[in-house]
Amino acid sequence: MGKAIKCHCCEKAATVHLTQIVENKVQKVDLCEECAQAKGVTNPEGFSMTDFLPTFEAGVSSDEEFVCESCGLTQQEFKKNGRFGCASCYDVFQKVLDPMLEGMHAGKRHAGRAPADFVPPVAPPAKKPEKKEPEKKEPEVREKDIAALETELIQAIEAEEYERAAEIRDQIRQLKEMAAG
Amino acid sequence: MIDPTKGGELMKAGARAVPVTLSTRIRLARNLREFPFPGWAETSQRRAVMSACREAAESLKTFKDPISFEVDDLSELQKLVLVERHVISREMLQIEEAAGAVLSPDQSVSIMINEEDHLRMQVLRKGFDFKSVWKTAKKMDLEMEKALEYAFSSDYGFLTACPTNLGTGMRASVMMHLPGLSMEKHMDKVIRGVNELGIAVRGLFGEGTDASGNIFQISNQQTLGEGEEEILERLGRTLDEVKTQEINARESILENSSQMLFDKIGRSYGLLGNAYKITSSEAMDCLSFIRLAVDCGFLPEKCRAPIDAGFIECQPGHVQFQAGHNVDPDERDAMRAEFFRKKLSKFPSLDFDKT
Repeated sequence: MGKAIKCHCCEKAATVHLTQIVENKVQKVDLCEECAQAKGVTNPEGFSMTDFLPTFEAGVSSDEEFVCESCGLTQQEFKKNGRFGCASCYDVFQKVLDPMLEGMHAGKRHAGRAPADFVPPVAPPAKKPEKKEPEKKEPEVREKDIAALETELIQAIEAEEYERAAEIRDQIRQLKEMAAG
Repeated sequence: MIDPTKGGELMKAGARAVPVTLSTRIRLARNLREFPFPGWAETSQRRAVMSACREAAESLKTFKDPISFEVDDLSELQKLVLVERHVISREMLQIEEAAGAVLSPDQSVSIMINEEDHLRMQVLRKGFDFKSVWKTAKKMDLEMEKALEYAFSSDYGFLTACPTNLGTGMRASVMMHLPGLSMEKHMDKVIRGVNELGIAVRGLFGEGTDASGNIFQISNQQTLGEGEEEILERLGRTLDEVKTQEINARESILENSSQMLFDKIGRSYGLLGNAYKITSSEAMDCLSFIRLAVDCGFLPEKCRAPIDAGFIECQPGHVQFQAGHNVDPDERDAMRAEFFRKKLSKFPSLDFDKT
C-alpha cells in the first residue's frame, strides 16, 4: 500500500517502520525485512533506536528546564518516567510535549468529546493584562442566550444527539469568548 | 466481599460468541482535576481520590448491586483470578495502597481506581460489538462526569498520566482468535501492516505476553487527534479486514492441507481429553484447535462456550482458585489435566465429514 519507502540500511523497499521516543524526540526508521531481522528489531527488549542513529546527539540541547509549580515534577523526572504528575503539567511542559505528540498520535489536538459541562477557560491560564470591557454588548441578553443554550445542550446530551450537542457547545464557547472580549 | 467464582463476562455462555472474535473491550482513562495523578500523589491524596471515585462509581445507574473493593482486601488468588478475567489489570497488583475497583455484578463493567490514572473504566463483552460497548462506556462516563470534575483541556482532551492515552483516553480492543493466519505464518505481516495504521497487536494478557492459543489482542494505539467514533470505525474496518484474511487463510488450509489441519485438531482433542498433566500454554494451544473445529463444523456449536471459558479456566489462578488454595506448578498441571478430561468427556466426537 502507498508509497515505497526505502530501507535505511540498503536500497530495498522498507516494510518495517519503527517509531521510538528517544530523549523526548520522535525517531523514525524504515527498514527492509532482512535488515530488520539482522539488527534484531524484532526483539524490542534488546534494541534501541539510538543504535541506528549514531549521529543522534544524546541529551537534548534545551536551554530551559521546566518544573511544574503545581506538583513539583521536573522535566528530568518526566523524561525518566514518561508520566506527568498532574493536569497542570500539560501547560508547563507543552513545549516538550508537542513534538512528542506528532509521532505518537493521529493529530496534535483533541477531536473527541468533552465533558458536558466543560467550559473552556474564558481567559488563557496565563492571565492576560486586563482588556477594556467591550462596551455595551447587552450582557444580560447574552447571559440569557447562554443559559438557554446550556439547557438545550443538556437536552441534546440526554437525547444522545452528540453532534448537535457539540454544535451547541461550540456556540456557547463562542458566546462566552465574545463576552470575555 | 468479592467472590470471583461468580460472574465473569468471558466465561458465560452466550449466543454472542462468534468465530474469530472472542470479545470486545473499551477502556476510558480519566483523572480528577484537583489531584495529582496516582503515580505522583501522596497517599492522603490517593485516599481522597479513592473515596470520591468509589462513591461516584457505586452510585452509577449502570450498576445494580456493584461489587466494590480495595486491592488490599483481596487474597492473592482472588487478585490473580480477576486479572486472568481481564477485570483488573496486572499493573494494579503492584500498587500498594489506596487502589481498588468497582465492578458490575457480572464483571462486564469495571472501574479501576488509582491505577495509572485516577479512573480506568472498562466495558467488556463477548463477541464483536463496538457499538453497544461504546454506548455503555459513554453512558457511564457521562454519569461519572456529573459527580466528578475531570481533568480536561480543549487542546489535549482528557488529561492522562501518560501522554500516550491523551485526548479521548479511549483504548478499544478486540480479542481475536487467529489460528489460520498463524498456521500460514502470516501473523508477522499482519502485525506490521496494522501497526502502520496506528493499531497495536498484543498477546492475550496485553503488553509483552505471548500469543498462546493463537489469541491476539488488537487495539488502537492513538487516542488523540481523532474522535471516539472515528477511532472505532477505523479500528473496526481494520478488524474486519483481519477477519476476512483469517477466514481466507482457513479456507486455503482446508483446501490445500486438510490432512494437516485434521491432524492438528484431532491431536489437540485427543491430548486435552486424555492428558494427565498439561501446562496452561499447551492447554490453550489445544483449545485453539478445538475452537477451530467448532468454527469448521467438526464439533457442534454448543461446544463453543465451554471452550471459550476454558481459555480462562486453564490459567494458573483459576486452577488454584478451583482447588481453594495455592498449588505448585507441577500439581497444577495435573489438576488442569483432570479438569479438561472431565470437560471434554461431555463433548461428542469430532466429525470431519462435515466440511
